[in-house]
Amino acid sequence: MKTALAARYVPRFIPLPPLLPALAAAALFGLGVLVHATGLVDEMASRWEDIAFLSQQHMELVAISGGLAILCGVPFGILLTRPAVRRMAENAMQVLNIGSTIPTLAILALSMSVLGIGEKPAIFALWAATLLPIVRNTYTGILEVPRHLIEAATGMGMTPLQILLRVEIPNALYVMFAGIRTALAVNVGTVPLAFLIGGGGLGELIFTGIDLNEPGMMLSGAIPTAILAVLTDLVVALVARFVVSRGVMPGDR
Amino acid sequence: MITLDNLTKIFNTSMGPVTAADRVCMEVGEGEVCVLLGPSGCGKTTTLKMVNRLIEKTSGKIFVGGRDTDTIDAVELRRTMGYVIQQIGLFPNMTVEENIGVVPRMLGWDSQRIRKRAVELLEMMALSPAVFLRRYPRELSGGQQQRVGVARALAADPPVLIMDEPFGAIDPINREVIQDEFLKMQQTLRKTILFVSHDIDEAVKMADKIAIFRGGKLEQFDSPDNVLAHPANSFIADFVGGDRTLKRLRLLKVRDVLKADAPSVRPDEALETAVRRMHEHDQGHIVVTDADGCPTGCLFLADAVGRHGSAGDHARALPSPVRLDADLRSAVSSMFTHDAEWLPCVDESGAFRGQITQRGITHRLGDTYRAAALTAAVPADEGRPAAPQHFRGAAE
Repeated sequence: MKTALAARYVPRFIPLPPLLPALAAAALFGLGVLVHATGLVDEMASRWEDIAFLSQQHMELVAISGGLAILCGVPFGILLTRPAVRRMAENAMQVLNIGSTIPTLAILALSMSVLGIGEKPAIFALWAATLLPIVRNTYTGILEVPRHLIEAATGMGMTPLQILLRVEIPNALYVMFAGIRTALAVNVGTVPLAFLIGGGGLGELIFTGIDLNEPGMMLSGAIPTAILAVLTDLVVALVARFVVSRGVMPGDR
Repeated sequence: MITLDNLTKIFNTSMGPVTAADRVCMEVGEGEVCVLLGPSGCGKTTTLKMVNRLIEKTSGKIFVGGRDTDTIDAVELRRTMGYVIQQIGLFPNMTVEENIGVVPRMLGWDSQRIRKRAVELLEMMALSPAVFLRRYPRELSGGQQQRVGVARALAADPPVLIMDEPFGAIDPINREVIQDEFLKMQQTLRKTILFVSHDIDEAVKMADKIAIFRGGKLEQFDSPDNVLAHPANSFIADFVGGDRTLKRLRLLKVRDVLKADAPSVRPDEALETAVRRMHEHDQGHIVVTDADGCPTGCLFLADAVGRHGSAGDHARALPSPVRLDADLRSAVSSMFTHDAEWLPCVDESGAFRGQITQRGITHRLGDTYRAAALTAAVPADEGRPAAPQHFRGAAE
């Protein structure tokens, strides 16, 4: 039985790691050939200044709205786990969950109707769209820290604040970072919509390209957006690697 | 060292008040191991956790080292007590060194001193510091984790240890090993230990005092031997088991029942000498020892009487000798294995030191019942709470 299981799992597992990068490289090469054939590279090169400027603007929106979401979401998530407010925590999470079902476009429209057009309403809407995964993962991450760890910590004479800082947060950190990763990936992908209310960003190229029926222009916005999303994810993952203790990182023993 | 005075805890649950600890009184001396024993829900863990104030008591007093714990800040109090729990509770985000250093760090030790202490403790736990200091808990086996858990509790050298089923989650073989290591350590450290267990065998092995709980009440508080020999009531008699007298064997060493004047004979001595010695000691056998005093065989009276020659010529194989410091349970087991009524005893060097007999063992085990029968005859004996009708049950 055991050997049969092993036989089933081994071939699935071992060839994967070398295969994946090879496939990715092949796909990338194919894509490059295709892209070059369509003249997209020249097209993008001619718009380089626009792309650079808008990318910067794009990332500024991400940084401000995402940063604010982290600054608000993490403390709020932690607050919800405190015994004093834990009774209302589930209700608060419900409200947030319902809030997150509102489409981002609707939030943009709503925030424009209140805050007008420009960067401010865009940042607000992005902040609102990013908040939930951060709060939720902080909240569940800390709640999932096993009770016996808290008991051991209390029994050893840690104060509630010491328990939070040395036991609860460090052990929840991986889950918290997972939330931040998701949130920022969503954020980078949502920023193009901000163009619709005058927020700027790579959406300018995408939407204008669609309107003018110019695929080259549209892709000059879309491809950098995709690349930025991947890069953001990588950066957060890298930060997590340095910040999260090796003892709670899953996977690498 | 630890005194509980009418300690009471009443939980207010949705089903009305539940008394988890009912006027518990006991006193644990310095350097003693006290095992709180009982079935689940009997109040032993509640009582334990009231001592380090993880559970606040409803009424009563707790004194630790003469100080009323109400007068000490709970956080400060806990830092003076090592705490070990069944789930071990090593912090996964910290290395072994950091885990051990938790309390010292809170007490303001510098990192060098913490490192030194961690190394010292790991060596004491037979874990190589070079290998384990930098490891994370998930990189350790269960037994290693529990050793680190104990090391962490000992880190700031607290006079008191609070242990909540510390070895409960470890497989039986490793548990024995860790218990033995722990006992050996305790012999040098002499901590005052409160220890919750639901395992009577563990309690008998570890405890200087056993406190048996039922329904929040302390039913009996006595030495392991007295709990086994004189259970205070039928609940305790059932709890410690029908084989409780056999369990007492574990509390005794071979040297406790040794008959040191048992005769021996050299193989080159005459049979007549051997027979005379057997008659002198009124026994049907004699151990044959070599020049170093090590037993090599045994001579039976029936083989020797009316014959001539040397003792060595007529000697037969010897039942396997037992060591003086072996526990009596294994010695008796060996007797049963060899279908022997007596066994020769040897010291560390293997030299013959005497013998133990089944008769001697039953006599030793019976001492306490005879003494109790005597004192029970005298009314108003302050002694143990055992009722006479249980003696017969215990002696069976």
